[in-house]
Amino acid sequence: MTAVVERFYDVVIVGSGAGGGTVAQALAPLVRDGHRVLVLEQGPRFDDDEFTGRELDMAGALYADGGGFLTAQGTMTLAFAHAYGGSTLVYTGTSLTAPEHVIRSWGVPGLDHADLLRRSQRYLTENNVHLLPAEEINDNNRLFVEGGARAGYRVEQFPVNVKGCRGSSLCNLGCPNQAKQGTNRVQLPRAERDGVEIVTRAEVLRVEADRTLAVRVAAKPDGGKGRPSEWAPGDYRLRAGIVVCAGGVMGTTSLLLRSRLPLPRAVGARFTCHPALILVAEHSGPITNDVGHPKSYFVDRGAEQRFVLETCMYFPFTTAKALSGFGPDHTRVMRAFPRLQMILVLACDAATPGNRITVDGAGRPVAHYHFTEETVAGLVEGTRAAARIFFAAGAVRVHAPFADPPLIEARDAEQLTDRIAARHFNEGKVAISAAHLMGGCAMGAGAESVTDGWGRVHGLPWLRVADASLFPDSLEINPYVTIMALADRVAEAIRVDAPTLLG
Amino acid sequence: MSVLAAVQPSFRAIAATVVPEAGTLDAGGWMELERIVEQALAPRPRRLQRQLVTLIRAIEWLPLLRYGRRFTRLDPRRRARVLEVLQNSPLLLLRRGFWGLRTLALMGYYARPAAAASIGYRADPRGWAARR
Repeated sequence: MTAVVERFYDVVIVGSGAGGGTVAQALAPLVRDGHRVLVLEQGPRFDDDEFTGRELDMAGALYADGGGFLTAQGTMTLAFAHAYGGSTLVYTGTSLTAPEHVIRSWGVPGLDHADLLRRSQRYLTENNVHLLPAEEINDNNRLFVEGGARAGYRVEQFPVNVKGCRGSSLCNLGCPNQAKQGTNRVQLPRAERDGVEIVTRAEVLRVEADRTLAVRVAAKPDGGKGRPSEWAPGDYRLRAGIVVCAGGVMGTTSLLLRSRLPLPRAVGARFTCHPALILVAEHSGPITNDVGHPKSYFVDRGAEQRFVLETCMYFPFTTAKALSGFGPDHTRVMRAFPRLQMILVLACDAATPGNRITVDGAGRPVAHYHFTEETVAGLVEGTRAAARIFFAAGAVRVHAPFADPPLIEARDAEQLTDRIAARHFNEGKVAISAAHLMGGCAMGAGAESVTDGWGRVHGLPWLRVADASLFPDSLEINPYVTIMALADRVAEAIRVDAPTLLG
Repeated sequence: MSVLAAVQPSFRAIAATVVPEAGTLDAGGWMELERIVEQALAPRPRRLQRQLVTLIRAIEWLPLLRYGRRFTRLDPRRRARVLEVLQNSPLLLLRRGFWGLRTLALMGYYARPAAAASIGYRADPRGWAARR
């Protein structure tokens, strides 16, 4: 039996995504002051030529359970990545700042919107966020703009964080051209250059009250993608002055729940995720859809109707799974692939008592999620709006999972309110997925929170949280910029507290 | 170890009902489809694998009660009817089970490069440069 290797670091950051990558870069100055800073990432580090764009190949390599991580109820899949760069490898790079009304509604003492905006702006600049020029917009996005305007919706363009985008449309499978400016391209390399150590394939099993971490470094599987770990495979025991949990909602929350720590009872609560439906519509002729940036425009009705629409483009299996039913009708839609327009409908769900993260007997995360009437209403209203946009853009038929039968012909476009209705929502029949996981270690004050507004876990000043698990409720927009802004705050507080905590 | 081997004829009949084109696959095509499904099942818990096999067996034998024939002996219309009953079942457990099985069949069929090409999917890492 191999002995456990013991090591000491001043700061250990668990996770390397939008939160962990930001903290790693922001704490690099501590290295110059003689402190040792380590990032532990559960996933591997990929070489540039490993991003093939092949659906199952990349989904299996990047996502937890290949992207098919099921909720405990088995009625929704959750998408989150394990890799150097975390989920920033698999997002589309859409870069929005937190809405003012959302931050105000969170009511976190000391957290104000202006501060988040200022920090967000720094990362928008750092990550080369800009609007794509018109000549790079494909038909799938152009039709959304035109249809949205005709249907009376305010369509906005997503700023995106790309540099040298070639329009592969494969963002969600990891950019094959390294154009997306995720933490794997920007913050982590800078942190490493400044002396921060990053170890991949390193899973943190537990954090103990004496500030030690039990870590297991995995060997690279035969034939698997990614580089081997920087450390030899085996078990490690790390002593740390400060521990920063930034492993994402599932990673951070499950780590805290399986650690034997005197934690606030609210750990695991306030889980939200923007449940999403992929809608497709068929046009009479081919459109450019599987080339070009896939997600360039959106309609935000979050504040008014609890939904957001985004352009999207998915891959054959993902699209097939998103369609309702099976058999010849299903096949007919799939065979129309070159003529398909797609819209993603996201519901702005709210934190509710039953929706939470727990762990199973082996300490693995379990997401409990029940669809409230309000969430279903958001999906229904969003589906109706998307159908209006599709038809206004000239679609001949729309596939709406909340209609029975799901295919709606253009001649029936006046009946959308009746055809698309909550009565057709049948859990386990409609394919719903979520990629904006939020909550589990909510910021705030009082019994419903886990940390203060600077990510300090109540009662454990050496333990910090710096990812989307801090969100006390739904953000109502794509979350990565806000995660970076919050992580920047967490890092600032660590720098302030470092003399006390590290000596 | 193969999960599907014990129920292969039933699985193929279900897959060909979910994706009718699967019925036209040659031996190599079926091997590829089943390899994809087996790879997806391999890391899943044994309990889940057993549940899947049980569901496939149930789908094979339950039509005896209504049609007097096993699933694999039914015509395509009746096969579709059996699966529709599961898909619309008032029991979440059955709907979930069918959803999982349907997902595997769709994965096995559409994740094959040949199927992606046949529906006109042309995404290419070279992006616009591959089209112009």
